[in-house]
Amino acid sequence: MKPAPFSFIAPESLDAVVRVMAEYGDDARILAGGQSLVPLMNLRLARPEVLVSINRCQELDYIRLSNDRLVVGALVRQIDAETDALVEAECPLLAKALPHVGLPATRNRGTVCGSLAHCDPLAELPAVALALEAELVLTSAVGERRVPAHDFFVTEMTTSIETGEVVSAVTFKRQDPSERSALHEVSNGGHVFPVGGVALRWASVDGVCTMARIAAFGVGSVAQRLIDAEGALVGSDLGPAAIAAAVTAARSAVNPTGDIHADAEYRRHLVGVLLERGLLEGEGP
Amino acid sequence: MTDEYQVKVTVNGRIRESRVEARWLLADYLRHDLGLTGTHIGCEQGVCGACTVLLDGRTARSCLHFAVAVDGSDIRTVEDLADLDELHPIQEMFHRKHALQCGFCTPGFLLTTVELLERNADPDEATIRETLMNNVCRCTGYANIVDAVAEAAVELRRGHRA
Repeated sequence: MKPAPFSFIAPESLDAVVRVMAEYGDDARILAGGQSLVPLMNLRLARPEVLVSINRCQELDYIRLSNDRLVVGALVRQIDAETDALVEAECPLLAKALPHVGLPATRNRGTVCGSLAHCDPLAELPAVALALEAELVLTSAVGERRVPAHDFFVTEMTTSIETGEVVSAVTFKRQDPSERSALHEVSNGGHVFPVGGVALRWASVDGVCTMARIAAFGVGSVAQRLIDAEGALVGSDLGPAAIAAAVTAARSAVNPTGDIHADAEYRRHLVGVLLERGLLEGEGP
Repeated sequence: MTDEYQVKVTVNGRIRESRVEARWLLADYLRHDLGLTGTHIGCEQGVCGACTVLLDGRTARSCLHFAVAVDGSDIRTVEDLADLDELHPIQEMFHRKHALQCGFCTPGFLLTTVELLERNADPDEATIRETLMNNVCRCTGYANIVDAVAEAAVELRRGHRA
C-alpha cells in the first residue's frame, strides 16, 4: 500500500523542529531514519498529517562524552554507532547490541534514538537503555527534560513523551572497564525480530558480585528491568546457586504472551536460558 | 494536502529534478518518474529487500524512504551496474552460477553485494550469508547466490572494476 497524504517539513535546527512540533502537536510525527515509521505509514497504521524530518539537523549528529555518560544525538545512525570507537570503549553493551538491530540496510538509516522512541517490545535497544541506566533528553519549545529509561518506556509502542516533545539525544551510563556485559537473543531462522532476549552487565570484586543490571525484551509488552534477578546476583559469588536463583527470579518477573513465533511458556523459559548463557559466556568488558 | 515538493537528486550520475507529492516513495519515484523499473517493489514494508538501492553509498530500502526526504542525495540503482552490453562482474557471476531463477529479487541482491564487496573485498561465507539477510529470494534456496557472491569477490580482486 501507499501512505496517506501528508505535509513534509525538514527544518535545519532543533529550535526550528520544536517550533514546528509545538505548532502541529499530535498531528505531527518526527522522521529520523524512518525504518520503523515508514512501514507503518505504508500500511496506513500511522497517518501523520505532518512529517517533520530531522535529517537536516546536523547538530543532532554527534557521539560524545559528558562526565560519566555517553551521549548519542538523535541523528546518529545505528550503523555509525555500531562502528564508533567511543561506543565500543565506553558502552560495549551498546556496541554488542547494535549488530542485532534490524538488518544491515535498515541500520544504514535507522537511528539509535528512533528505535528507543518507537518502543517496539521486540527491540533490543530499549533493554540496552534500561541496563545502561539511560536518560532520554526530551526537548520542546518550552525547554528540556531528562527522563530515565525506566520512566520513558511505558508499554508497546508507547513512551512517556509528551505532545510537542522531541527525543533530541540519549545518554548512557559509561561502563567501568572492569565490568562484563552480554546480549543474547533467539530468533527464528534469521528473522528480523527476535523471539526474546536479555541484555546484562555486571561487576565483581574479589569474586563477589558488586553490581548487576539485567533487562529483557520480547517477553512482555515493553522492555523490562529484572530487579529481583539482579538482587539474586549482587553479593553472591556468581556461582551455580546464585545463577539458578537469578534465573528463577527472572522467569517469575516476566509476563510474556504467545504468538506464532513462540508461546508464552517458551518465552518465560527462554529468558532464564539467555540470562544464564550471558552470565557464563559474557566476555569482558 | 496534495502539496508538491521540489526534489533534486543524483541518480546513476545524472542530476534529476522533479516535483513530487510528499508521500511518493523513493521506489515509486525511481520507477514512475524516472522510468528506472529495474528497482522492483515486493513487500512495500521493508521486509523483502527487492527495492534495495545505494543511497549515498549505503544500501537502503527504497520503499522505506520518501523521495522528498532524500533530496540532495546520491542514488545508485541496478541500471548503473552494466556497462552498455557488458555485465558488471557481479551480474556476470550471478548469471554463471545460476544465482537467479525468476529474477524478481535479483536487483536488490546485486546492490547488497556491491556494498558488501566495496567494504570487504574478501568476505568469508558467514559474512556473505549474514549480509544477504538483507534480501529474500523465494526461488534459489540461496546456495547459488552465496557462491556467486564469493566468486564475484575473487573476480573483483583480480582487478575488475567494483
